[in-house]
Amino acid sequence: MLAVNFLLLAAVLFCIGVFGVIARRNAVMVLMSIELILNAVNLNLVAFALMNNNQEGQVFALYVIAIAAAEVGVGLAMVLMIYRNRKSIALDELSEMKG
Amino acid sequence: MVESLLAQAEMNGSVNVAMNIAFGIIATVMIFAAFSVVTTKNVVHAALYLVVVLAGVAAQYILAAAEFVAVSQVMVYIGAVMVLFLFGIMLTRAQIGKEEGLNNSGWQLGIPVALLLFGLMAYVIVDTYEDTVIGERTPFATEGISDQVLAPFLVPFLAISFVLLAAAIGAIVLARKD
Repeated sequence: MLAVNFLLLAAVLFCIGVFGVIARRNAVMVLMSIELILNAVNLNLVAFALMNNNQEGQVFALYVIAIAAAEVGVGLAMVLMIYRNRKSIALDELSEMKG
Repeated sequence: MVESLLAQAEMNGSVNVAMNIAFGIIATVMIFAAFSVVTTKNVVHAALYLVVVLAGVAAQYILAAAEFVAVSQVMVYIGAVMVLFLFGIMLTRAQIGKEEGLNNSGWQLGIPVALLLFGLMAYVIVDTYEDTVIGERTPFATEGISDQVLAPFLVPFLAISFVLLAAAIGAIVLARKD
């Protein structure tokens, strides 16, 4: 097993997630792309834990999972509130704070 | 890369062929599903493809000898986060099926950004870890994770529990109708 395998797979997932964040207009789909990015980072952490024979990477991965769960909860609540106020979750229409 | 695999074979007497094949199959499925998440025109399909990606990540964790993280991934992501996503989709749109206007007007901008980023990261990764071989080793004990969480990482652990509490209360406050 080569270390490059895991790291390249994580890089591919990360870049697909970045593309999703840039390209998508629907707020829920942007949140999904953020999940892809977080999972890529987690895969890296676990791979480094395996490479260095050190379990701290797995602990970090667990903490990232916890933070991601909190982030999705708050994010979807905000999306619901925006939808209730505006009947739309298109991100490019949210321009009230534009200077 | 092939040379380092062959070198590993000479060193250990055998390459773990099954592990490499399993990695390749799962990685292919994951990349296809991740690509579908960001390109499909149907929001529900995107959520279901995301399940495939998350399950693939859990499988990769098992290949990387992180069983506890894999089980947590299945329970937290596939069990809880996906239900949240499906509820979010259900509550924010009435339309079922294909939908237009899921992408920004300037969505093509994302293609060069992602390709450039991947090229840079692939160059750095291959340059640094080209010949690093993950050898056979004894699996980690889950006990080690609890030792780490409850001794050196206790303060971040408590902080995360407060973050989760605040997020749960905040989500309820935000989503409440009044």
